[in-house]
Amino acid sequence: MSPLSVLRVALRALVRNKMRAGLTTLGVVIGVGAVVAMVAIGEGAKAQVQKAFESMGTDLIVVLPGSQNFGGMQGGFGSGQTLTWDDLHAIQTELSAVRAAAPQLRTNTPVLGDGNNWGTQVMGTTADFFVVRNWALQFGRPLQASDVDGATKVAVLGQSVAEQLWGEPARAVGDVLRIKGVPYEVIGVLTPKGQSPMGMDYDDVVLVPAKTFMTKVQGGIKQNIPGSILVAAKNGRESARTAQQVQALLRDRHKLVDGDPDDFSIRNLAEMANAQQQGTQTLTMLLMAIAAVSLLVGGIGIMNIMLVSVTERTREIGVRMAVGARPVDVLLQFLVESLTLSVIGGAIGVGVGVGGAWLLTAKFGWPTVVRPDVIAIAVGFSALIGVGFGLYPARRAAALDPIQALRYE
Amino acid sequence: MGDPALLAVDNVSKTYLTGDVPVRALIGVSLEVRPGELLAVMGSSGSGKSTLMNLLGCLDRPSEGRYLIDGRDVSRLSRAELAVVRNRLIGFVFQSFQLLPRTSAVENVELPLLYRPLLAGERRRRALQALARVGLAERAGHHPNQLSGGQQQRVAIARALVGEPKVVLADEPTGNLDSVTSVEVMALLQQLVADGITVVLVTHEHDIAAFASRVITVKDGRVVTDVRQTPVPAVPHPTVAVAGTLHATGVP
Repeated sequence: MSPLSVLRVALRALVRNKMRAGLTTLGVVIGVGAVVAMVAIGEGAKAQVQKAFESMGTDLIVVLPGSQNFGGMQGGFGSGQTLTWDDLHAIQTELSAVRAAAPQLRTNTPVLGDGNNWGTQVMGTTADFFVVRNWALQFGRPLQASDVDGATKVAVLGQSVAEQLWGEPARAVGDVLRIKGVPYEVIGVLTPKGQSPMGMDYDDVVLVPAKTFMTKVQGGIKQNIPGSILVAAKNGRESARTAQQVQALLRDRHKLVDGDPDDFSIRNLAEMANAQQQGTQTLTMLLMAIAAVSLLVGGIGIMNIMLVSVTERTREIGVRMAVGARPVDVLLQFLVESLTLSVIGGAIGVGVGVGGAWLLTAKFGWPTVVRPDVIAIAVGFSALIGVGFGLYPARRAAALDPIQALRYE
Repeated sequence: MGDPALLAVDNVSKTYLTGDVPVRALIGVSLEVRPGELLAVMGSSGSGKSTLMNLLGCLDRPSEGRYLIDGRDVSRLSRAELAVVRNRLIGFVFQSFQLLPRTSAVENVELPLLYRPLLAGERRRRALQALARVGLAERAGHHPNQLSGGQQQRVAIARALVGEPKVVLADEPTGNLDSVTSVEVMALLQQLVADGITVVLVTHEHDIAAFASRVITVKDGRVVTDVRQTPVPAVPHPTVAVAGTLHATGVP
């Protein structure tokens, strides 16, 4: 029997029972659709986390000062001021794995500009900050060493702050920004950076020279850094080694002996990114497992209907065998029938899955990513289900004795 | 009668196991059917005539003995090999017609050709030709439930002869038909014999057996009588459509 005839006979048999074929196919449609949509959701979540960490920079290490004892009460990390300006200088100059390092002194305060006010984060830092964060200016110029050394009253605005106060970010440059009543000259506006993995707006920030920050905002220059140090590794893949170097250097400088706990804390963002990605990976696997179950149910539906079909058409099988169908011809006929059901279901299911993913993005703003290889796997898997679950009914049909089959009522 | 036998059954026995009890359906049967014979097999139910027909039709294999079709021993062939033999050499006509429901007459007739390496167009051409031979060319698109019993049996006969077999096996072909249509069907079978096809038919009606050239009787698994006779020509009632058919196929 030629392949074309086999396919034609199979299609005719299915068309004869449109309702039944349709409902059986629906099981596979739902299964494949669920797999495609679930994987799209999982991949979307993964891509979102990845993007967030990329905008932050996975080569970054944050060094937080250690805790201090206030009359018997242990404060959390960052409550003390154990990092010194000399520590920062040593990190910048003595470590081979470090590309750049910058201090971060932060406070939240309202700022005024162009007659508007806006509550934002004001950060004191140095010219190195732009190197560490790999952050370019959209308008104007960045902070320079002379600004930091001379404690000049200049400010660089994040995109959001410039928009909130001036409406048009370009208009901010050259204008005056007031922080706690003190006027600063706006010298630049940063390019937009987006959100942090925790949903914080990176662009909602005002950068001023660290020395200016200490004198005008915090009230007095200190030997210790009243904030954290942001370190960038030379190589994005070597952030773990960089963190080790920084830890060893600081322990040495702080004269900690073996057994003493660190009086500082190091956060490696690449590790945090990995942890987050593993979380989304688990989510993807879970969603896929649920979807796979529905695909399995669809396959059982096919097997069920094929068994009914073989029983119903016992006499037809007998006639076909009598006129010369070999057992393998009968086997192929039923196998192609179940394969057709499952592949058509798979193709429609891909459409439903892709459409569903699109709908989730359009209606609810869920990030989804439809991968072509997932579509190929889903269709291939549905074909496998067709063959797998069609094989048993088809073998039963092929094993029928023509004499018995012809007598079947 | 010096022709070599077309069907040669040589000391064949068939034993079934129903539960633990062996049932001997055929016991040492020998039978030769020559080309051009119209053989009627008679016998009561349980006599073994159905078993004999199943063996002749290669639907079953003998427990003992040999069976040769056209000189070829088919008694030890596999199921798949037997299917090919049926497809090439044998046509079947059943008492209950056994047409596929919701399938047009021409597609029913095409069925044996599906299992041969033929193009769809050639299959259709031969099927229409076979339908014309039984006088149903104009009913090619009808489904079985739109045809009378006699017409359905003629479609079945067209299906049996579309593959140009050596032998047509008819199992009580008139069992579900009235006497007028029975004669039509027998006329067709006689026509097949005239065209060179050997026909073996099972019947329990003596007036149907009268149309055959040879009658054997099976009883308790053995052939008990074997009589050659001059067949009564089957002349259909003149008002029946089949008269025109025979004319169309070249029979006066």
